[in-house]
Amino acid sequence: MALRDTHVTLAHGGGGKAMRDLVEEVFARVFEPPGMEDQARLMDAALAEPGARLAFTTDSFVVTPLEFPGGDIGKLAVCGTLNDLAVGGARPLWLSAAFIIEEGCEIALLARVAGTMAREAAAAGARIVTGDTKVVGRGAADGLFVTTAGIGVIPPGRDLGAARIRPGDVAIVSGRLGDHGAAILAARGDLALSTDLISDCRSLAGLMEAVIRAAPGTSAARDATRGGLAAALNEMAEAAGVGVEIEENALPMAEEVRGLCEILGLDPLYLANEGTLVAFVPEDQAEAALAAMRGTEAGRGAVIIGRAVSAHPGRVTMTTLFGGSRIVDMLVGEQLPRIC
Amino acid sequence: MCLGIPGQILAITDEARQLALADVSGVRREVNVTCIAEGPLEDLVGCWTLIHVGFAMSRIDAEEAEATLRALREMGEAQAALEEMEAGRAALTEGTAPGPTR
Amino acid sequence: MKYASEFRDPVAAKAVLAAIARTAEGIGATREKPLHIMEICGGHTHAIFRYGLDKLVHEGVEFIHGPGCPVCVLPMSRVDEALQIAARPEVIFTTFGDAMRVPGTQGSLLQAKASGADIRMVYSPLDALEIARRTPGREVVFFGLGFETTTPSTALSIQQAAREGLGNFSVFCNHITVPEPIRALLDDPDMRLDGFIGPGHVSMVIGTHPYDFIARDYGKPIVVAGFEPLDLLQSVLMVLSQIAEGRAEVENQYARVVPEHGNQVSLAAIADVYERRPSFEWRGLGEIDASGLRIRAPYRAFDAEAKFGVGYGAGPRQVAEPEGCACGAVMTGKIKPTACPQFGRGCTPERPLGALMVSSEGACAAYWQYGGARAAAE
Repeated sequence: MALRDTHVTLAHGGGGKAMRDLVEEVFARVFEPPGMEDQARLMDAALAEPGARLAFTTDSFVVTPLEFPGGDIGKLAVCGTLNDLAVGGARPLWLSAAFIIEEGCEIALLARVAGTMAREAAAAGARIVTGDTKVVGRGAADGLFVTTAGIGVIPPGRDLGAARIRPGDVAIVSGRLGDHGAAILAARGDLALSTDLISDCRSLAGLMEAVIRAAPGTSAARDATRGGLAAALNEMAEAAGVGVEIEENALPMAEEVRGLCEILGLDPLYLANEGTLVAFVPEDQAEAALAAMRGTEAGRGAVIIGRAVSAHPGRVTMTTLFGGSRIVDMLVGEQLPRIC
Repeated sequence: MCLGIPGQILAITDEARQLALADVSGVRREVNVTCIAEGPLEDLVGCWTLIHVGFAMSRIDAEEAEATLRALREMGEAQAALEEMEAGRAALTEGTAPGPTR
Repeated sequence: MKYASEFRDPVAAKAVLAAIARTAEGIGATREKPLHIMEICGGHTHAIFRYGLDKLVHEGVEFIHGPGCPVCVLPMSRVDEALQIAARPEVIFTTFGDAMRVPGTQGSLLQAKASGADIRMVYSPLDALEIARRTPGREVVFFGLGFETTTPSTALSIQQAAREGLGNFSVFCNHITVPEPIRALLDDPDMRLDGFIGPGHVSMVIGTHPYDFIARDYGKPIVVAGFEPLDLLQSVLMVLSQIAEGRAEVENQYARVVPEHGNQVSLAAIADVYERRPSFEWRGLGEIDASGLRIRAPYRAFDAEAKFGVGYGAGPRQVAEPEGCACGAVMTGKIKPTACPQFGRGCTPERPLGALMVSSEGACAAYWQYGGARAAAE
């Protein structure tokens, strides 16, 4: 093992031997085979199938803390990219991973992050085939930023998209809402709140395949990440030109998430999820989709939360716990804790 | 104004600064208990309190809570009776006897 | 959640709603001639919209959203002063999240943070105290905001800092009180309110008697209410019953939390640390006599106004409110938020012009968030 340092220095970004050691021993070694090439040459039989289409996505990831209950920034990045592909009906094949590392970052941490990334990609049948590292001075980044891109293939005949949602389609969420957002808020420590909550960060690739097999008519799915369920539903309603009606009673949520939201005056509908999706499925296939989801680890908590309607196109409404009704709009800015 | 939330005192954490650990639906936070302390702080363990910005502001009176709920329940029962009477009357005027709908 | 979920029972709600409808009809309230019930507190406003209570109650009951949102009524000049303090290099400026977006004439704390000021959101003044302990080389200022509910927390924090000799901790005090603006509202000759829902968490500190004047001098019913939907509905029913029976009293629906005489420890801490200012400016309402608090001389060392020379009255007062802003008329119940010419045009939650769009508890922001904006545009 040539790498003797415990922390990253600017030397690891200098293009010399130190950099080569870092890349090879921390990243390339686990992203086999043969990870972190500058240029990956890709070939896959699935691409040759007539009617198959490529899916391509990219995302950047920042999170504080870098390691949190239920995951780390690497898992977040890989699962985020896998999920972006999966909800579009694509089977993930290849990923890229680029790292902006703040000087002083612990090398053991990088190794743990790289390890999670390799494991998560492999579990979904994808490989990390290219990548890059840059080291920046102290204060120029917050520990570690990760950018991933992903390529997948959409098999012939599959056509998922928010525009395909029709009135009558049933809305299903794959699990509890808000676990990630609440777990991160607590893990950050500045609010001095502690919980046993674990982020829902996980790959939904297997779950999506199961849903599409069981309910081939599935109109669309979206992972409810930033902006939470509210953002996902609003985007879908708008793209489809349908209204969406959900039942507050039906929303699956951990007691701790509710508690945290009550304490800080937050609305759980806007909390981020990193392993929970919402799918719209024709009514006659809803039970099959639900059963398929529940048959996967990621979808054990799946439930029907509402449906698409022809009324109020582009708008999401919710029947409150109380039988009242209110509009669920997109969030204006960031949700801030409040006292009043 | 003034978000307040019921929580239960789990343990005293800092006697001198009058701090205790409180639980709100599985979320734990250190709170100041000066406003609800009457006797020894240890007596507060198990106590339900209304928490606002990290301060236990008031003890929750279980009897008063029950009285409010009882009043609400009675209102519910009265309403149910009323609706039953009205349904009966409506059925009579329509010339059919009230019966189970399904 | 104990002491919360029981008060969200939809079955019980049905009965209360039916009783409200019967009572409202008995009084002769109609959609055209509704009873105007003001919920003073922004927390109540928020709950009304969150549970859709405004659409569930009989059409003869109209909620008027009162001035009880402390960040909404914070005058622009005070935000400017907060920014001045926060801009000092030695200062760590700590605040509740609510205040981050409130615009002054020079922008908001959120913008100042982006420009490099050390501004930190905290959940509690206790957390600001802890930052002060851990960073002795810096001046830690806490943005003291809120009504009587929140005032004890900063009073106790100042007392604690004094005990510890924590010289680098201070509070920028903007605490305000509830009864005075209510009196100002009631003195307005154009005012048409039939009753009040009183802020339960304020009364948890001050008790119910500070509202006696509302019933005694102005003949209006007031019911101190809890924050769960059933609490609110029951309180509406209690107000209506008073009207129906020709009574005007102070009643306490929230007895599980509110003692008649308040919390003596809290009141003692407030009296020890704070005194009334001759008057204080309320955004949208103007100057109101004796409605604001300042830190007493013995605690001067913990008073950010004294420490940084930004005392109330030190600079020019009465920063002009934005043109066309009708917050005052909304807050006094004269017009609905959607009737304001700036609503959704010059004034949105992203770029709030007026007080009531500033915090999610402001009536305009609540209208916007829960769809009033879109409904109005259609």
